[in-house]
Amino acid sequence: MTVPQIITGRFDLPNSYTIEQYEATGGYQGLRRALGMTPAAVTDEVKTASLLGRGGAGFPAGVKWGFCPPGVWPRYLVVNGDESEPGTYKDRLLMELDPHQLIEGILIASYAVGCSQAFCYIRGEMALAQERVAQALNDAYAKGYIGKNILGTDFSVDVVMAWGAGAYIVGEETALIESLEGNRGMPRLKPPFFPAAKGLYMQPTIVNNVETLSNLPWIVNNGGTAFAELGAEGSKGTRIFAVSGHVKNPGVFEVEYGVTTFRDVIFGEQYAGGLHEGRSVKAFIPGGASAPWFYEEHLDLPLEKGTVDRAGSMLGSGAIVVMDDTTDAVKACLSVVKFFAHESCGKCTPCREGTTWLERILKRILDGYGRPSDLDLLLDVADNISPGIAWPPKQTTFCPLGPSAVSPLSSAIGRFRPEFEAYIRKGMQQRAATAPQVPINTPAAALATEGAGSHG
Amino acid sequence: MARYTVDNIELAREIIGRYPRPKSALIPLLHLAQEQDGYVTDEAMAHIAELVGITPAEVLGTCTFYEMFKLEPVGRYVVNVCTNISCMLTGGEDLLHHAEQTLGIKAGNTTSDGLFTIEEVECIAACTESPALQVNYRYFHKVSNNDFDQLVADLRAGVRNDIPPHGTLGLVRQHIPADRAAGVALPEVSVEPAWMATKSTGAGADGGAS
Ligand SMILES: Cc1cc2nc3c(=O)[nH]c(=O)nc-3n(C[C@H](O)[C@H](O)[C@H](O)COP(=O)(O)O)c2cc1C
Ligand code: SF4
Ligand code: FES
Repeated sequence: MTVPQIITGRFDLPNSYTIEQYEATGGYQGLRRALGMTPAAVTDEVKTASLLGRGGAGFPAGVKWGFCPPGVWPRYLVVNGDESEPGTYKDRLLMELDPHQLIEGILIASYAVGCSQAFCYIRGEMALAQERVAQALNDAYAKGYIGKNILGTDFSVDVVMAWGAGAYIVGEETALIESLEGNRGMPRLKPPFFPAAKGLYMQPTIVNNVETLSNLPWIVNNGGTAFAELGAEGSKGTRIFAVSGHVKNPGVFEVEYGVTTFRDVIFGEQYAGGLHEGRSVKAFIPGGASAPWFYEEHLDLPLEKGTVDRAGSMLGSGAIVVMDDTTDAVKACLSVVKFFAHESCGKCTPCREGTTWLERILKRILDGYGRPSDLDLLLDVADNISPGIAWPPKQTTFCPLGPSAVSPLSSAIGRFRPEFEAYIRKGMQQRAATAPQVPINTPAAALATEGAGSHG
Repeated sequence: MARYTVDNIELAREIIGRYPRPKSALIPLLHLAQEQDGYVTDEAMAHIAELVGITPAEVLGTCTFYEMFKLEPVGRYVVNVCTNISCMLTGGEDLLHHAEQTLGIKAGNTTSDGLFTIEEVECIAACTESPALQVNYRYFHKVSNNDFDQLVADLRAGVRNDIPPHGTLGLVRQHIPADRAAGVALPEVSVEPAWMATKSTGAGADGGAS
């Protein structure tokens, strides 16, 4: 059986983003078909498809739709197009290259769930995606696909394009809702603020990822059963994976979910084509910066949610980042930790202070000012953010961002501890050989003394 | 300068009208101000506050959370170089250093001629095309040092008309035609949508049973 390109099929067509090309290639047929079904029947198809959310958490879309409390109106649909997890590159392409497919998905979901208004929130930095989606919305309105009495039926919904202004945390669904309300993008506490129950303006709100929604036209056209015939176990259909880092042909690939392995997409000739000459895999991130790292021994695992979860990490946002044996584990760890420290919204202390300290301590280790106790200190700070440093992570925080900073740290120290120790040893030897022992007036020195009394 | 122009007041009203609550328009309105002036001025924030019906402090509160909003003038071209993990592994830091050297400024600063600002940024969703950068939020993929020099030369020579000045994002705006609009769904107006009521009495009532 050849695996269909369910969501990337139009990417290579000329003017793939225009309504003419979309209509010429089966566009809006899924919407027509859905409108001939009851909303409940559409939801059932999506449940049959076992379509898992593609935004990171992997929750089944059809099940989530069912969580809206009955009889509470209006309901809203919020599209999460804030893609910004390091390594992740797919939603931008889906918006730039096939915006009508996304819009059709938004309409199908709104119809099935009973949403009276939909908001498509696009990351602020994505000017072209905003432009393509705005044009697509204008064209779809003009053709009667959106708005009042869609295609002559009693289904009416406006799709409003909203856009952000630079903040990773706004990808978290409750922060996204805050941002849509015009506020600082800080997450809300769950419970009670599960969006399906209390979301936008405290009304039932379904938040779905761009890729999740882009699958809906195909599912409605071909049936949930056809979708579920692809893939394995709990991971059905196809899924986009972006393979980046130290590979010959980094790229974005739609592959059969659940059966394709990491080795396939990293080494396969039609995929990333393997590592550069003479290099070997030191580590790879299986699902975006928040995910614990995998190693050589994980290469033959299938890209299947349950399998990867059980192996101690996650497929997250479908971002595979390969690090070869030339990679400095301490530097790579700092890079990811720094990201989370920078993007912490500051609402909770363990995340705000903890990620900042993790970054500073890692930085001083790299700069040659690390101390023998620093690795324990790092893990202690990490333990305050995510008690037990386990997987799946526990959290002392409002949202999972804080614990996300712990993943690269526990991975890198767990696997490459000698590299950290080597930095610390080398720095100490160098300083022992020179006097005065602690240079004055350098920021790192200030940190070294300042931190000395603060712990234990 | 600085308060909205007559045309932009018109646009701002249209944007506000799309949301059930005026404050929801805040980020698009701040972008509109930045598009008009290149950065977000105090006067613009005061004007937005009037239009939305909140205080200028509330506007500032939202504005300062988001990195794209600049409270002071920046270069005509804001160059954002990604140094996150995928780019770091493939030369993003070297590219940033090269950019700093070429333009003679450190990240976070603007050249004295007001043409360029450099920023070191987090992942911009171009990870398989690393190292990547943006100029005024337009993408450049797999950027070599030579590519960078060429880009800067082109921008200096004024031959990159595809890159509008800082502040302008998408060149197409959404317009919902009045005769096609379904209308905003106010949270306080609790009516079951027509298609749910007629086609299935209990579609939403399945409570996730599966
Ligand atoms: C810190 C953080 C960042 C997130 N960023 C994104 C994002 O950029 N895009 C996205 O779709 N989901 C993101 N998510 C997941 C969303 O909270 C949410 O689960 C998702 O949008 C739901 O859509 P789905 O069920 O279709 O996957 C993020 C979650 C967290 C905790
Ligand atoms: S964990 Fe971090 S990002 Fe999340 S709410 Fe707390 S401070 Fe904000
Ligand atoms: S890591 Fe640089 S674009 Fe994603």
